[in-house]
Amino acid sequence: VTDQKPLGCWSVKHGQIITCPVVCNFETHEYIAVHDDKVLRIWKNTDINLDKVFKATLSADVYRIHSLPYGGPTVLFKGGGVRTLDVLLEAPQQEIENVISDEVIKWSEAFMDGEQPVLIFATEKDGDFFVYIQKLKMSSLHKYKLEQQELSKPLSFTAYIKNQIITLLCLYSNDSVYKVLIPLQQNSEEEEHILSKSQLLKLSISGNILKGTSFVVLDKDHIAVLGSLAAPGEESKEYLTIWNTKFQTLQTSKELPLATSGQLWCYEEKLFFTHGKVLTVIMYKCETSSLAAAVGKHKDSQTPDVSSFVNWNTLADEELVVSFRSQESVALKSESKMTLRSKRNTVAKVQPDPLSVGQILLNLKDTSTTVFEDELRQLISKARMPDFQASIGCVVTALINRCKTNPKYYPRNFLLHIVQTRDLSYSLCPDLMALALEKKDVHLLQICLQRFPDIPEEITYACLKVFLSISEAYLQRIDVNLESVICYIDIEFNNKEVKSEIVENGFNAELEQDIWNTKITDKTHLTADGSFCPVGPQKAALLNAVLHSAYSETFLLPHLKNLPAQQAVLFLRYLYYLYVKSSEKINITLPGIRSPTVSQIMDWMCLLLDAHFTVMVMLPEAKELLSNLHKFVRAQVRFYSELNKIEGSLRELQRLNHQKDSQTYSIEVLELI
Amino acid sequence: MGEFEVHRVRFFGLVPAGPRGGRLALARTDGAVEIYNFAANYFQEKVIPGNEARSVEALCWAAGDRLFGAGLGGEITEYDLSRLCVARSVDGGGGPIWSMAANSSGTQLAIGCEDGSVKLFQIVPGGIQFERNLDRRKGRILCLSWHPLDTHIAAGSIDILRVFHVSSGQTVQRIMVNYHVHKVKRECIVWSIAFLSSGTVVTSDSFGRVQFWDWERGTLLESHTVSTSAVLSLSVSEKEDSIVVGTSTGATYQFQLLPVKIGSLEKRWVRTKPFQHHTHDVRAVAHSSTALISGGLDAQLVIRPLMEKMQKKGYEAALRKFTFPHRRLVSCARKARLLLFQFSQHLELWRLGSTNETGKDGEVLPLCRMPEHLVQLKSKGPEHIYCSCVSPCGSWVAYSTASRFHLYQVQYEGDSVSVKKVPKVPKLLLPAYQLQFSADSDSLFIASARGSVHVLQLLEPGGCKHLHTLQPPSGCPEAVYLLAVSADGHWLAAVSGDWAIHIYNLKCFKHHCTVPTYNCAVTALAIHPITNNLVIAYSDQQLFEFSIPEKQYTAWSRTVQNHGLHKLWLERDSPITHITFNPKNPSHILLHDIYMFCVLDKSLPLPDNSALLMNQSTLKQLPETARQRQLHAFKICKKFQPLLFADLLDENCLVMVERPIMDFKTQLPLPIQQKKFGT
Repeated sequence: VTDQKPLGCWSVKHGQIITCPVVCNFETHEYIAVHDDKVLRIWKNTDINLDKVFKATLSADVYRIHSLPYGGPTVLFKGGGVRTLDVLLEAPQQEIENVISDEVIKWSEAFMDGEQPVLIFATEKDGDFFVYIQKLKMSSLHKYKLEQQELSKPLSFTAYIKNQIITLLCLYSNDSVYKVLIPLQQNSEEEEHILSKSQLLKLSISGNILKGTSFVVLDKDHIAVLGSLAAPGEESKEYLTIWNTKFQTLQTSKELPLATSGQLWCYEEKLFFTHGKVLTVIMYKCETSSLAAAVGKHKDSQTPDVSSFVNWNTLADEELVVSFRSQESVALKSESKMTLRSKRNTVAKVQPDPLSVGQILLNLKDTSTTVFEDELRQLISKARMPDFQASIGCVVTALINRCKTNPKYYPRNFLLHIVQTRDLSYSLCPDLMALALEKKDVHLLQICLQRFPDIPEEITYACLKVFLSISEAYLQRIDVNLESVICYIDIEFNNKEVKSEIVENGFNAELEQDIWNTKITDKTHLTADGSFCPVGPQKAALLNAVLHSAYSETFLLPHLKNLPAQQAVLFLRYLYYLYVKSSEKINITLPGIRSPTVSQIMDWMCLLLDAHFTVMVMLPEAKELLSNLHKFVRAQVRFYSELNKIEGSLRELQRLNHQKDSQTYSIEVLELI
Repeated sequence: MGEFEVHRVRFFGLVPAGPRGGRLALARTDGAVEIYNFAANYFQEKVIPGNEARSVEALCWAAGDRLFGAGLGGEITEYDLSRLCVARSVDGGGGPIWSMAANSSGTQLAIGCEDGSVKLFQIVPGGIQFERNLDRRKGRILCLSWHPLDTHIAAGSIDILRVFHVSSGQTVQRIMVNYHVHKVKRECIVWSIAFLSSGTVVTSDSFGRVQFWDWERGTLLESHTVSTSAVLSLSVSEKEDSIVVGTSTGATYQFQLLPVKIGSLEKRWVRTKPFQHHTHDVRAVAHSSTALISGGLDAQLVIRPLMEKMQKKGYEAALRKFTFPHRRLVSCARKARLLLFQFSQHLELWRLGSTNETGKDGEVLPLCRMPEHLVQLKSKGPEHIYCSCVSPCGSWVAYSTASRFHLYQVQYEGDSVSVKKVPKVPKLLLPAYQLQFSADSDSLFIASARGSVHVLQLLEPGGCKHLHTLQPPSGCPEAVYLLAVSADGHWLAAVSGDWAIHIYNLKCFKHHCTVPTYNCAVTALAIHPITNNLVIAYSDQQLFEFSIPEKQYTAWSRTVQNHGLHKLWLERDSPITHITFNPKNPSHILLHDIYMFCVLDKSLPLPDNSALLMNQSTLKQLPETARQRQLHAFKICKKFQPLLFADLLDENCLVMVERPIMDFKTQLPLPIQQKKFGT
């Protein structure tokens, strides 16, 4: 402020002390001051002498007066009692209760939550800090205890309200800013919650600590901190700093060489503080917090963000209604509700049907099974709704919930139908696969593995385990999609039978000898060389579905370690079989639709060996398999190294061919048009 | 347009020599000194051929435009830039000279010698005079730099740099440069040094460091290790805010003096831009006001413009690499189908092969006769060859060195070739800068100093007679460097170093006229065999046609000037080095530079800037009818690169002499082995 001229000046009489900040009542444009803790003065701009203005003496000491637009001034007493000014003026001498006994109020703040004023104040007693929330109209008072922080205590507080949650920021003496979330809608009347806090920011500028004295919130991602920066070996200097809390970066700073009073206010996008003998006002503007802005690479683009993707918020809303009512954290819930208010309107315009999917599902909750399924069928056969994908997810979730509540109920075909015909994903219906695993519905699992792009490794592993453990006999009876194995496995299957016949007939003496040997030893030896499929076609098809699914090694490996040894050996045997099978073809691929590729086979083989290395070494039945596998791999490596050599020679030949045309003399034809 | 049978010749084994030295003048390792004219689009306007006995380690300009060179021969040489030869040389008296520097006023030369002495020479009109020795210590002086105020000289040696006070001759400071590298027992060679006006001495050394010293206190200010191998060369911009260094790995780096913070007064040297334009040692760097110039042992001269100094994108802003000389080293005997290749100390005469077949575009025809290396003529003595020529009939070969002129008669009897030296050639003012036989092989024109051209008459069997010496009427200090003779033997055009083109009438040996002066170097010229129009190519890529009989530019030439040449044509960076014509197609002009061969058809419209200049491949895909609308005058072929020479043998037979860069790279010394990923 360059030209500081007081617009009005009032003073109390000598000996009187103004004990709390003067506020302005926005509705009446009156000023309210308290002097000598108890004496209230109210005046207007036109009054000149403070002695002659309205005076009221109260029965208790006032801590602060808060003035809120539309809310009227609110008086907070040192004992924790709260009155609105109107109530107080009706009977100035009314008794004010003491709610905080011998705690001392350190800070207070008032907000409007919708229509009702909310007062928050923090108190201290013996190093413990408490937060009180007073809702005036409901005259409800909540007391919270702040989580203890070792060796440091709060120096300064600031708070803002958003979506019915008060975010309390505390500046601690360990130069960190902590964030505490206090939900306003707390119905239970339990005594003394402990508020947990999370560190938001460490006030350190290139290794030097900023000793914050006061701070204000600018917007949801920015705070301004006034404090002194102490560099080692230098005199500390006071700085006004603006921080991005989202990326924990210092956005800007301003050195204040003249001292400040350590107080900072923020009002209408302006920061106020005293600097030396003047009041300094700094305009600020916080841009939308983005990583680019945080690292200083933000381009000043004024184009508003227009998003045109699927409206996930509607999904969140419906899911809330259907299933996640209790799981969602309060914060998320209210936030999504807030953002939805506008969006739901637009949805409603498009879709005049007053019943949303969620509501239909809610209505169907208690109907009979057949009615329920019919309704659902109708629902999903409806013409494409704007958020059809999300609705399908809700339907499936509803189905699964019903299955959970009714253990006998399992609409196998219906679920199969949905999964096969709709583009679902794991995240849309996370319980579906868990349920199928529980029910050992391998067909559904197979389809899910084939169709879902985002199955977590844990579930993939669970599927693998189930597939490996299920008996072949059980699988024979089950309908599984065999298209991935039909092209290579059935012939082999028959061959196996044919071969055993031959053995039985004893056509070939040499072969007979072989078979005799193998018959004596374990049957697994027959398959240990990788030329016979160790599993039935159904199981093979299921395993292929696992091989085809997407995974990340780091996440899969810990789970894979839990696979029982026998199953691991069986799986490895199958992988070995696939490997041998695929290397038979010149293009190293297996025939058929959705058959595993050689790199998938290799990756899983490596992964499995990694996971069960020690087990494999110890297990006697794995020994021969491993040695065969090793031999085969070695042969392949040799083969490929030979190929490499040939490739090198061929390339050299080509190079020589190329060089031929750059010989030293040639006669060529050139046509210029 | 028609088809050509192209003799694609790649057996010209030219190995360009690597440059060293400074500024516009550039010395190659074979001792040749080249002068590049920046104003004329970096045209290599002057070449002083080398001499085996004269290596050039240092070049410097002094006293205006006088160029001095010094080398391991121990002599300081002054070059005569108008006669393109050594004007005089003085023995330095200190053994091999490693370095030389002129003071800022250009009145004194300092040389650094093998014996560790720094000697001062006074530059006087007509030569240099020894002045005195500065304080002598052991160890060769590898580099020298004057303080801009001429009060002190900094000299780099092995492990040490010294600062001399010029007027007293005393060593006022010794700085051990390997002081900071205790454990290394290798000696540290200070390869290059620069004295800044602030008193800072910049050195580059064999440890790969660029260091900044405070000479008065003898302290190291800054040290930047730029390379694991030696930093060989260093140059400071005139404003002393930028330095370019060249390393033995072929990389060059720019250092800039930049403020530590924006608005801060404290400045530091910061390594800003790395460039890797060379494969071998960067032996010389220079810093012009707008460009970094570097020359390497890979025989390339690279001019890298500093984009921040460029106002707009254009011809000046392009990176330029020069590998091959801007003049003709090949001559062709059209009728006899012979090629004469000029090397630094010998000539090779080849007969082209032939074929009986014909074919389509792009086909390689089977040879029925292989090309034949007929004769190798070795020049005696240390002097390099200035110029050479073979007569159109192939029976005469002439060449000149700095002090001698040789004429040979070549006789072909069946398969055998005999070479007979013509005795008693007339004594002429030597060296000759260009030789040209007349079309009927009856006379030889010898371009000589002071704008004069000697005319020799060739006599059978094996004799010659000096007929006349042509001279411009007003006299000329510069030597003639290009000649063109008309097919009918009537006219001769001669270009001298001042870029004036004089035309002589050979019937009466009289000066006919002078082509209007154009402010750029002539790179090639030729006289049309039918119309006697002189076609001139300038280094700014402009083309002119001048009618000799009418003594004025032709209508077509005026049209070209009015219309303007295509932008891409003007932005080419290598000059036209040869022009020839097709007698069967009078409207055609055949010209070429290093990267393209072009047939200019005067009967076709000139292309606009919007038109595609290189349109041959497009045209080939179009149907016959659609082609007509797309045709324009420039028919450019870029198939043959790098093209050293192209000529028309007969109406549909061309010869192209290429020198693939890889072929001579293999003949260069191996570069320093560099670890590359994946090797």
